[in-house]
Amino acid sequence: MSNNSSHNIDRDRLVDLYRTMRRIRAFEETAEAASLSGQIGGAVHLSIGQEAIAAGVCANLRLSDQITTTHRGHGHCIAKGTDPGAMMLELFGKEGGTCGGKGGSMHIADFEVGMLGANGVVAAGIPIAVGAAHGAKLLGEDRVVVCFFGDGAINRGPFMEGLNWAAIFKLPVLFVCEQNGFASTTHSDAVTAGAGANARAESMGIEAFEIDGNDVAAVDGLVGDLVPRIRAGGGPLFLSARTYRLKGHTSVDPALYRDQDHAADQWRHDPLKRAGEELRRLGLSDDELSAIDSAAEGEMRRVSETADAADHPDLAHAYDDIQDIGAPVWEAGS
Amino acid sequence: MSVLSYQEAGCQAVAEEMRRDGRVWALGEDLGRGGVFGQYKGLLEEFGPERIADTPISEATIMGASVGAALAGTRPVVEMRFADFALCAMDEMVNQAAKARFMFGGQARVPLVIRQPSGMWRSSAAQHSQSLEAWYTHIPGLVVAAPYTPADNKGMLKSAIRCDDPVIYIEHKDNWALEGEVPDEDDYLVPLGAARLAREGKDLTLVTWSKMVGVAAQAAELAAAQGIGIEIIDLRTLWPWDQDMVFASLEKTKRLLVVHEAVQVGGFGAEIAATVAEHMAHELIAPIRRLGAPRAPISYAKPLEDLLRITPEKILSTVVSQIGT
Repeated sequence: MSNNSSHNIDRDRLVDLYRTMRRIRAFEETAEAASLSGQIGGAVHLSIGQEAIAAGVCANLRLSDQITTTHRGHGHCIAKGTDPGAMMLELFGKEGGTCGGKGGSMHIADFEVGMLGANGVVAAGIPIAVGAAHGAKLLGEDRVVVCFFGDGAINRGPFMEGLNWAAIFKLPVLFVCEQNGFASTTHSDAVTAGAGANARAESMGIEAFEIDGNDVAAVDGLVGDLVPRIRAGGGPLFLSARTYRLKGHTSVDPALYRDQDHAADQWRHDPLKRAGEELRRLGLSDDELSAIDSAAEGEMRRVSETADAADHPDLAHAYDDIQDIGAPVWEAGS
Repeated sequence: MSVLSYQEAGCQAVAEEMRRDGRVWALGEDLGRGGVFGQYKGLLEEFGPERIADTPISEATIMGASVGAALAGTRPVVEMRFADFALCAMDEMVNQAAKARFMFGGQARVPLVIRQPSGMWRSSAAQHSQSLEAWYTHIPGLVVAAPYTPADNKGMLKSAIRCDDPVIYIEHKDNWALEGEVPDEDDYLVPLGAARLAREGKDLTLVTWSKMVGVAAQAAELAAAQGIGIEIIDLRTLWPWDQDMVFASLEKTKRLLVVHEAVQVGGFGAEIAATVAEHMAHELIAPIRRLGAPRAPISYAKPLEDLLRITPEKILSTVVSQIGT
C-alpha cells in the first residue's frame, strides 16, 4: 500500500512539525561539532536527513504512548519530548544527563515521556517494543508502542520473531522502518534478499504502508490514521519510510563508500528544505522561518555550552543501579 | 508441611505468586499444556492463556519481549525450556535485561525470572545437558540461583519472582521428581544469597549446588564409613554467594573442595577457590581442590556420558587425597 501524496496540512501544525525537525537538526549539528572537537568522547550516530519521520510519527502520540529507538535515536527522543539539555549532558557524559552520564548517545532513555531506550544492538529494540506492548495489553492500558528501526535491522532474527509475536498476540505496535539506504556502511540493497521490509511484514499478515519519509506532512497524516486503528485494538501495523542518511554512519565517518554525486544530490530532498518551501507556500515569511531556525540553534548552542561546563558524575555512580541483591561494594577512595 | 516433588514445589511457587500479584505472568514454549517438564501443570486452568502464555519457539523474543514487558510494569516468569536454548537469547539476557537499569541511570527496573532447566539426565547429548551457570555469574546485573531441595525450589522461586533484579534460575532436570518436605505457607520465602548447611562435618568443607548436593551427600556417607567428616554447604545462590558461611565452615575444617557438574575449567568453583585462597590460604592445611567435568561436550552413548559425571566415588577419592596430604 502506498501513500505519497502531500496532505492538506494545517499551517500551525506544519509550523510545529518544522520546529521539531529544526530542533533535531540543530541538536545533531551541535553534537556533530562537539564530537569532532573531542568534547564528546563516544560514537555519535546522526539522524540528519531523517528528521521528518521522528517528527511526523511522534506528533501523533500521547505522552503515555511509548517508543523504542536505535543507536540513531536522538531525533525520536526530542520528538517524543525528551529535554535536549539532559540529552546533551548525556552525550558529554555529564551529571544531569538523561541516564546520569552512564549510557551515552546509544542508551538515552526517558521513561517520563515513554521513551524506553535507544539501543546499541541493531534490532534489539524490536522485541523490547513488542514486550512493552504485550505488557500494556496485560495491564489493560490503551497505550500504543512505536518501534523505530532501520533497514539494516530487517536481516536480524529479532525482526522476524518480533513481528510474528506482535501479529499472533495482536499487540498495539507500530513498526517504523526508516529506510535510509545503509546497513552501517554497506548499501542495504546489496545485503537484503527479496522485496524488502514490507513484503516481509505482509507475509506475516501485518498490513504494511510505504511513504516518502522526507515529507513530514505526509508522515504526519498517515500516522495520524494508523495510530487510532492500533489503539482501537486492531493489532500491529508496519510503516516503511523512505529517507536518506545525509551523513556517515557516525560523526567521524566521511562515507566515501557511496557515490559522492548521488549523496550531494540527496540534499535537494532535505526534509527541512521541503517543509520550509511548503511553509512559504502557505504564507510564512522568510523572517518567521528564520526565527524558528535561530531559536532552535540558540537553544542547542546553550545546551552544548551548559554540557561542556557541567561536572562528570560522582565516581560512586559507577557502582549504583546495577542490582539490589549482590550489588558491588563501593569504597570511597579505592 | 507437605511432601512435594521439586517440580510441584516450583509450580506451587508460581501459582502462589500469581495469585498474590496480578502483574506476575509466565511465558514460554508449551506452557499451556503444563510446560515440557510439567512445571506449570494446572496453571492455565486457573490463570488463563493471557497469564500462562504459549509462545512461538522464539527464545530471543521470549526473552526480549519479557524485558519490554518488565520495563512496562509487569513481572514475567520467563521459561527457557532448556539452559542450552537460552543461548539463543544471550543478547536479550546479557545486553538488555542485565544492563537496562544501569544504562538508563536507574530510571527502570527489569524484574523477571529466567528459568533454565539445566544439567545432565539421560542420553540427551551435547545440546540438552549443559550446566552453564558460571557464565551468568560473570555478568553484572544478574542474580544466579540454583536450588537443590523441593523446599528451596518453592522458597527461592518465590523470592526470585518478588526480586526487582533479573534472576537466572537454574533448575536441575534430574531433580524434577525429587521429593521432600515443603512448607505449605504461601509466604514461605528463602532469601537469595544465603547458603544452607546441608550436613555437618569436621574434616573438610565441600561447597556445591544443585543436583551435586545429593551426590555429595552420598559421598559423605561413604566418607563417614571411613571416619571422615564432610561438611556440605549447599550454596543455593551463586551470585551473590554466601562467603560468610563458607569462611566460617573453613575456620573449623581447614580443607576446601568445590564440586560442580559444570566443566571444571572456568567454572564457578574457580571463583570460590580463588576467593578462599585470597582470604584464608594461610589458615588451610590442605591444597584447595575443585572437582568438575572434563572440558568435553557431553556424549549421547551411555558409557561415554557417564564418564563425564561427577560420582560419589570421584568425590570420595578427591576427599581422601586431601585428607591424606
